Amino acid sequence: MKKSIANWGNYPVMESDEKLFSFDDQLQEIIRTSGHFIPRGNGRCYGDASLSTETINTLKYDKILSFDTVNGIFECQSGLVLDQVLEVIVPKGWFLPVTPGTKFITVGGAVGSDVHGKNHHVDGCFSNHVIEMDVVLANGQTTTCSPQQHTDLFEATCGGMGLTGLITRIKFRLKKIETSFIRQRQIKAANLEELIRLFEEYQHYTYSMAWIDCLKKGKDFGRSILIVGEHATVNELKEQHRNDPLALPRKKSISFPFNLPSWVLNTWSVKAFNFLYYAKNFKKEINNLVPYEPFFYPLDAILHWNRGYGKKGFVQYQFVLPLHAKEGLIDILNRISDKGLGSFLAVLKVFGKQESLISFPFEGFTLALDFPVRKDLFAFLDELDQVVLRYGGRLYMSKDARMRPEILEAGYPRLEEFKAIVKKYNPDAKIRSVQSDRLLLTK
Amino acid sequence: MPTVLILGASSDMAVAIAKKFASKGYAIQLAARQVHRLQPLQSDLTIRYQQSCDLYEFDALAFNTHAAFFDSLPIKPDIAICVFGYLGENETARANWQESEKIIHTNYTGAVSILNVISNYFAARKQGAIVGISSVAGERGRQSNYIYGSAKAGFTAYLSGLRNRLFREGVHVVSVQPGFVYTRMTENLALPALLTAKPEAVGETVYKAVVRKQNVVYVKWFWRWIMLIIKSIPEFMFKKLKL
Repeated sequence: MKKSIANWGNYPVMESDEKLFSFDDQLQEIIRTSGHFIPRGNGRCYGDASLSTETINTLKYDKILSFDTVNGIFECQSGLVLDQVLEVIVPKGWFLPVTPGTKFITVGGAVGSDVHGKNHHVDGCFSNHVIEMDVVLANGQTTTCSPQQHTDLFEATCGGMGLTGLITRIKFRLKKIETSFIRQRQIKAANLEELIRLFEEYQHYTYSMAWIDCLKKGKDFGRSILIVGEHATVNELKEQHRNDPLALPRKKSISFPFNLPSWVLNTWSVKAFNFLYYAKNFKKEINNLVPYEPFFYPLDAILHWNRGYGKKGFVQYQFVLPLHAKEGLIDILNRISDKGLGSFLAVLKVFGKQESLISFPFEGFTLALDFPVRKDLFAFLDELDQVVLRYGGRLYMSKDARMRPEILEAGYPRLEEFKAIVKKYNPDAKIRSVQSDRLLLTK
Repeated sequence: MPTVLILGASSDMAVAIAKKFASKGYAIQLAARQVHRLQPLQSDLTIRYQQSCDLYEFDALAFNTHAAFFDSLPIKPDIAICVFGYLGENETARANWQESEKIIHTNYTGAVSILNVISNYFAARKQGAIVGISSVAGERGRQSNYIYGSAKAGFTAYLSGLRNRLFREGVHVVSVQPGFVYTRMTENLALPALLTAKPEAVGETVYKAVVRKQNVVYVKWFWRWIMLIIKSIPEFMFKKLKL
C-alpha cells in the first residue's frame, strides 16, 4: 500500500509502497514481485538513503537467533532494534560494541550505515565487530559473507547503504561490562583551541565527544563541553546500586506531540539554548556516575524530537576532516556562525584510524550539525561541501539528503571499487534508492 | 510452570501474544502449519524471556488430525489461544466456492474442531482457559466482508455457548473482538490510525482478560460502542448503507 514516508530529518517526504515481511519465504516473494526496492529499517537515517517508491521494511523481521552469554556473541535478524538488543544483553553483562547516538535503529541499519559511536577512536565502526552476516541479493539468492568469506560483498555491505542486497541475519561480538553505569566526566572548554587540546589529553577514555556552540565568535569561538566516559566497575558504584549493578535504566520518555512552527528556531533561540546548555555546567569539570541511557542516548528521551524542526524538516550535515586540517574546522565554524545558522546539536568527535571501502570514518575530526530546511540552506551546504573537499574531508551518506555526486566521488577514494561490487551483486540496479540514483551509484 | 498453547502462531497477533505470556513466565507452545517458520520466534522467546518454547505442526483445516494433535502434546496447556483466521477476499469468495470454503473453514469449522477437543479435555480436568480471537466483523454482516463476518459470527456464538457450558466446570472462555489491528492481514487496507491497534495491544488485552477472567473484550475500548451503534441501526436503513 502506498504511504507517505520520510526518514528522521523529515526531508524529503515521498510516497512509497512499503512492504513488510516476517519470514524468509515472504521476503523471497516480495523481491520476486518488486520492480525495484531499497531495504529500510526504522527510518533513522536522516535523508533519502532508505527512500524509494518501493521499500522493503525489516521491522517485523526482528527475532533473536542466538546469544552466547559466555563469549558475548549475539545473532539476530536484521530488523531488531538496538533498544531491544540492550534489554537482553545488559542484564547479562554485555553491551553493544559500538552504538550511535540513538538506540532506535535496527541492527541491519547499523551495518548498512556502518555506524560509529563515541568510542570510534578505540573500537572502530560497527562492522569491525561483525563476525558474519547473510545478505539476500537482488536475484533472491542468500549469500553468507564475513571478513573471510565473500569479502567483497562484506566490505561493500558495511556502509553500503543497502545497495548490495538486503541483510537478513547478523552475528556480532559484544563488549563485556560490569555495570550498566557510566563514569562520566564533563569538562568545559572556553574555545576551540582548548577543546582540541582536551581531546588529546583525554584520548585514553573509551568514550568521548563534545557539544560545541557554533554561534560564538571572538575569544569564545568554539566554546564547548567535552564529555568522556568509561563503563563503571562494580566498586565504583554507590552502595545502593551494588547488589544489582546491571539493572536496566527505568524507561521514561516524553514525546514531542506536534511539529513546531519553523520560526521558533532562529539565531536567538539557538543562542539562548546554547547559553543555557553551557551555563548549566556551573563548574569547569563535573564527575559523576550516570546510567548508560542519558550518556549514550540523551535525545531518545524525547520521542519525535525531530518535530522540533518544524514541518519542513531538517538536514543533518556531518563531515570528517583529517587531523591536520584544523583550519578547515575553523573555516566551517566561521561560515556557520556568520550565516547565523546554528543548530542545537553540534557534535564534535575525533575518529581513530579506519580501514574501509565505503564506510564514512577516517582519522580526523568529525562535526555533525542540524539545519532546518529553508530556502537558502542548500546553496550554503554546497558552499560547505567545497570547503570540506578542499581540506580533504568527506560527508556521511546516512545523514545526507542533498550532496552532489562529484562530492561523494572526491571524498571516497575507493568509490569505483565499491560501485563495481554493487554492480556485481546488484547488476540491474533492482536495489536502488533516491539517494543512490542522485549519487549515480545505481545509474 | 503454566503453559500456553497458541494455535496459528505465525500471525503478528500470535507473536505479540506469545511475547506477552512468555514475559509473564509462561512456557509457550507454538502451533502452525509451516512449523519451520517459527524457529526464529522460538529462539527469540527462549533467549529474551528464558522460557521454554516448543513448536508443533498444526493445520486448522485438517480437522481429522486435531484430536491426534492435541493428544500428542507432551504437556497439556493451561491456556489455549485460538488465533488463526483468514480474511480472504469477499468479492472473490462471492463467486468462488473454494475461497468461501477456506474462509468459513479457517475461521469457523477449524476453530470449532480443535476447541471441541481442547474444551472437553479442560472440562474433564475442571481447569483451564480458552481464548478465541474473533472479530467485530462478526457482529453484523456488511456487504464488504459478510462471508468472513458470518464465519466469525459463528465463532463468536460458539465461544459464547462454550463459556456458558464451561462456567460450571471451572473453565474460563474469553472472546476477543480486536477491531482494526496493524497486521499482515490488514497490510493492504487503509486503516484509520485512531481506530487501529498495534499487535502488542492485542497481547496486553488477551493477557489481562485471562488474568481478570473477562468474558468479551475489545482491544480499543471504543470499538464496543462503535459496534453498539452499528448493531442498533434498523435493518431497513442498514441495508441501504455502503459499509
